[in-house]
Amino acid sequence: MAAPKDDLIVAQGLVKLYQMGDEIVRALDGVSFAIERGGYAAIVGPSGSGKSTLMNLIGGLDQPTDGRLSIDGRDMGAMDDGDLATFRNRTIGFVFQSFNLLPRMTALENVELPLIYAGETPKNRRERAAELLTRVGLGERMDHRPTQLSGGQQQRVAIARALACRPAIVLADEPTGALDTSTGQEILALFRSLNKEGATVVLVTHDSEIAAATRRVIEVRDGRIVQDRVLENAA
Amino acid sequence: MIRTEDLAMSAMRALRSNPLRSALTALGVIIGVASVVAMVALGRGAQARIEQSISSLGSNLLIVVPGAMRGGGGVRGAAGGWNSLTMGDAEAIQREVEGLAAVAPSQRGQAQIVAEGLNWNTRVEGVTPAYLLARDWSVAEGRFFEDRDVAQARRVIVLGKTVAENVFPNTDPIGQTIRLSGGSYEVIGLLASKGQSGFEDQDDIALAPLTTVKRRLTGRRGTADSVSQISVKAASEAGIARAQEDITNLLRQRHRIRGDEDDFTVQNLNSIAEASQEATKTFTALLASISAVSLLVGGIGIMNIMLVSVTERTREIGLRKALGARKNDILQQFGLEAVALSVAGGVIGLAIGVLGAWAITAAAQLPLTVSIDTAFLAIAFSGAVGVIFGAYPAWRAARLDPIEALRRE
Repeated sequence: MAAPKDDLIVAQGLVKLYQMGDEIVRALDGVSFAIERGGYAAIVGPSGSGKSTLMNLIGGLDQPTDGRLSIDGRDMGAMDDGDLATFRNRTIGFVFQSFNLLPRMTALENVELPLIYAGETPKNRRERAAELLTRVGLGERMDHRPTQLSGGQQQRVAIARALACRPAIVLADEPTGALDTSTGQEILALFRSLNKEGATVVLVTHDSEIAAATRRVIEVRDGRIVQDRVLENAA
Repeated sequence: MIRTEDLAMSAMRALRSNPLRSALTALGVIIGVASVVAMVALGRGAQARIEQSISSLGSNLLIVVPGAMRGGGGVRGAAGGWNSLTMGDAEAIQREVEGLAAVAPSQRGQAQIVAEGLNWNTRVEGVTPAYLLARDWSVAEGRFFEDRDVAQARRVIVLGKTVAENVFPNTDPIGQTIRLSGGSYEVIGLLASKGQSGFEDQDDIALAPLTTVKRRLTGRRGTADSVSQISVKAASEAGIARAQEDITNLLRQRHRIRGDEDDFTVQNLNSIAEASQEATKTFTALLASISAVSLLVGGIGIMNIMLVSVTERTREIGLRKALGARKNDILQQFGLEAVALSVAGGVIGLAIGVLGAWAITAAAQLPLTVSIDTAFLAIAFSGAVGVIFGAYPAWRAARLDPIEALRRE
């Protein structure tokens, strides 16, 4: 099963086991799929389905027990701790349900954070962060602290932060989970437009309505993929 | 890789975010460093004072006194009691021991000096002219008495600065007459000041011819020929040990001593100086180590707060890891916070310690000695405390699992 050349994420027979006390939990039990570069996909499933485990593996926060996961042409199982940190910094842009902004920093400083770990100079960081905040519509609020911003605005800051190092994949974990419906729709619209500009976006959610906003839905249940379909959401 | 200045910035930011907590955490180190610095300065001041007062007694000096001395401890009376040293001993030392610059027998007395209605109780030493050289005295004004004055037991006297100031506050003492134990004496000279020695004022002294003092002042004490001590100045520092041995042998022979209990003691001021230096050093080390315990407690305080901080900031650590922080970046960030806390504590503690040392030494009239190496050590030590006690919390932070950390509320 040779993957097409433009596949960014390729999973083959992915297995992840956890030790939970005396029990061994099969969080992922032979998962295979591929997501192409420039894609907009949702991994959907109820809690305990294994979707979070899958997200952690794609995000380089964890490594598979068995099987093969290759992202941007690199074998995730072969990476050491330092490689994974660099991978998270350069290749992945995380967006979390609860935003995870540092409360004592301004929006601008929060967006700069990944660039600090990339070793960028303060001048370059500032320019890049300002550009991104303008892109997500917060050009006027760069010096605000997270507590001075609404939930939707905070999530926009988090999305700007995710884009800071020009990652191959924007990986979003329930990005609308803490927002009201209309703000959630705005965030989804932002993802859609980022995707149109060329970003590969992967949403992880339990909400099939949210999933329906993407162009591809991979449904996971009990550690296996039960459905993988392409939606007609093009353009 | 993260840039060093960004690492430093983030550590500073974390410390500034809770200034009261940071200050209280550093307090342990502040107190520790301050007390170590103050104690070391105090010890060094005492040491300098001892050195100074012993060297002011006279250099290359051996003092022969009656009675045996055991192990540097108590003075014991022996055969012959307090009269065992004589003028004859002094003459024999002068004649037979080589490598000496001066031999000066002396008789100590205490008397009330009276002049022009003022009086002053002081130590009156009966000495020979050699005493000046042996004990490193010099004459500031007038003259000292000569061998001829001693031979004739003339009633002349040379006053120390303190005595002169108290008896002749307004007049030039030279040529004046004082009364002493019923006799009148002509003041012929003034001694140059030597200052304090320990808690003794060395300038509270009057020197008169040995023969005069023996006859008129302390005549009833001892035999006509006895002296209370003999000061011997060796010609060189290298010759002191040899001279001490030669004098001991000579006096044992003269006093016909066969056993090992001498009736005299030859004190080597250099070795006394060394012994008291050692004692002060030990004492300083003791004080400093007690103070160092509080530095240790300060270190534990830092560790405690850093552990709390790691727990509180678990989510932040998880986030930083997700954004690309390496284990090392986290380790360095938290380690640097601990080091910054303790070094800041060290610098403040140093300042307080120097102030404290200044106050203590001023009160005890000791010289203030805070050296660069003390300052350097204080900073280096507090830095080391930060590294040692910051290492464990930083290591805990660095090895946090980002998935677990991000899930934590």
